[in-house]
Amino acid sequence: MSFLKIQDIHHTYFSNQTAATALADISLDIEKGEFVSFLGPSGCGKTTLLSIIAGLFPPTSGKILLENKPLKANSDLSIGYMLQQDYLFPWKTIEENILLGLKLIKKDEGLERIKTLKLLSDVGLGDTGKLYPRELSGGMRQRAALARTLAVDPKILLLDEPFSALDYQTKLKLEDLVFETLKSFGKTAVLVTHDIGEAIAMSDRIFLFSANPGSVHKTFKVPDELRELTPFHARNHPQYPMLFQTIWKELESLEY
Amino acid sequence: MNIEQLHNQYKTSLKKENRLIRFYQILIFIVFFSSWELLSRKELIDPLIFSSPTKVWHLFIQKLGDGTLLSHSGVTLFETVLGFIIGTLLGTILASLLWWSPRLSKTLDPYLVILNAMPKVALGPIIIVAFGPGFPSIISMGAIISIIITTIVVYTAFREVDPNYLKVLQTFGATRTQAFREAILPASFPTIISTLKVNVGLSWVGVIVGEFLVSAKGLGYLIIYGFQVFNFTLVMLALMIIAVFATIMYQLVELLERKLIKD
Repeated sequence: MSFLKIQDIHHTYFSNQTAATALADISLDIEKGEFVSFLGPSGCGKTTLLSIIAGLFPPTSGKILLENKPLKANSDLSIGYMLQQDYLFPWKTIEENILLGLKLIKKDEGLERIKTLKLLSDVGLGDTGKLYPRELSGGMRQRAALARTLAVDPKILLLDEPFSALDYQTKLKLEDLVFETLKSFGKTAVLVTHDIGEAIAMSDRIFLFSANPGSVHKTFKVPDELRELTPFHARNHPQYPMLFQTIWKELESLEY
Repeated sequence: MNIEQLHNQYKTSLKKENRLIRFYQILIFIVFFSSWELLSRKELIDPLIFSSPTKVWHLFIQKLGDGTLLSHSGVTLFETVLGFIIGTLLGTILASLLWWSPRLSKTLDPYLVILNAMPKVALGPIIIVAFGPGFPSIISMGAIISIIITTIVVYTAFREVDPNYLKVLQTFGATRTQAFREAILPASFPTIISTLKVNVGLSWVGVIVGEFLVSAKGLGYLIIYGFQVFNFTLVMLALMIIAVFATIMYQLVELLERKLIKD
């Protein structure tokens, strides 16, 4: 039985004039510890699907099972969500920011607190706890956001284009950091991206979405040689451009 | 090139600029009061209506001596501070209720617009009959004048908080109360402070008009009394004291602003 099971998800956005179908018949399984990517052009519903998995709103129909249990609103914090930008609260220190999730369930004291502060040094921000977000660079802030997400020890991480707002060099470094951190904690992760290279470098499997309505067009398995490498090194492996070309052609064929 | 020397030059020029501004500020003050005094003595302006700084000063000393000024100012200050606090607090609470229930806010929207457009001091006579001619009605006047505008401004600030902060909280399973406390309220502090600044002025208006109507005690009463007996030196004195107190209140709000807002 798979870890996360997405069954027959269908979602339509209603407004006064229109009923726009964003997702149609999405079914897919994700294994424990796996890193998958949702790749596709904008408007293909990949972020909608991620929001549904996160429990931000219910789908029009279909269900999602995590370890065979239906996933309701994220009441037990089994899901961690990282947004495009860090959205650290500017009026809180970095330490207060990353303890936010634990504070909400009143577990921000004692052992949990020490563990979380350790997490901060794991992402290379050990001595920034007392600073405010505005005193940190974009890359550091996104690392703090990663620590905030990991602090509540989620079973699965949802990454909504978390590298898209960063400059290229920072993005490459952060890809490696996220990849290694998630592997060392054995976390399952879903990455939404429109960057083919990023999807190949980071994931085990890639779901290519097509638009109108959003559905899974094709699934790619990333070869083992690439999976074992960190994203930075995977980008330099001879297999990388081959897979890139395959996916590129497939994406081209989607634009009639 | 000597960096340190250039830096010192820059610092001196800054200091010079500041000193110049302070000089002009004091100059305006001196010119204003001395020309007021001079024009009044030469009877170029009617000394009966406009009085003069020395007359106001002598009255100040006299009223300070017999203790009446202290008691009148104390009453007005008490009423204004209380009216200001109650008005801001109730307005913010009302704004929180509106944020809590979008349906309530949609329902109440036209009524808020009407209440905001209406001149609140016109309610004065009704309030005085309802609460009696004492400080409860004057405090109500000071409060009622700022409640609705505070509600509207603070509620707008609540709604303009970046929804992504709420999304972060929602993914942590936060309740609506937690979302309010962790994101909505702290993100709106700058707006709340700026409404405080507006409310300082408004509650003075409410309280002075209230004292006009009740006509028993306070600086508003001194103004109305001075007007009735044609003692405009008394009116000027009351105005001066109001100006000093209102400025002090405003400065205190700015102090609070520096404490509360860190970025």
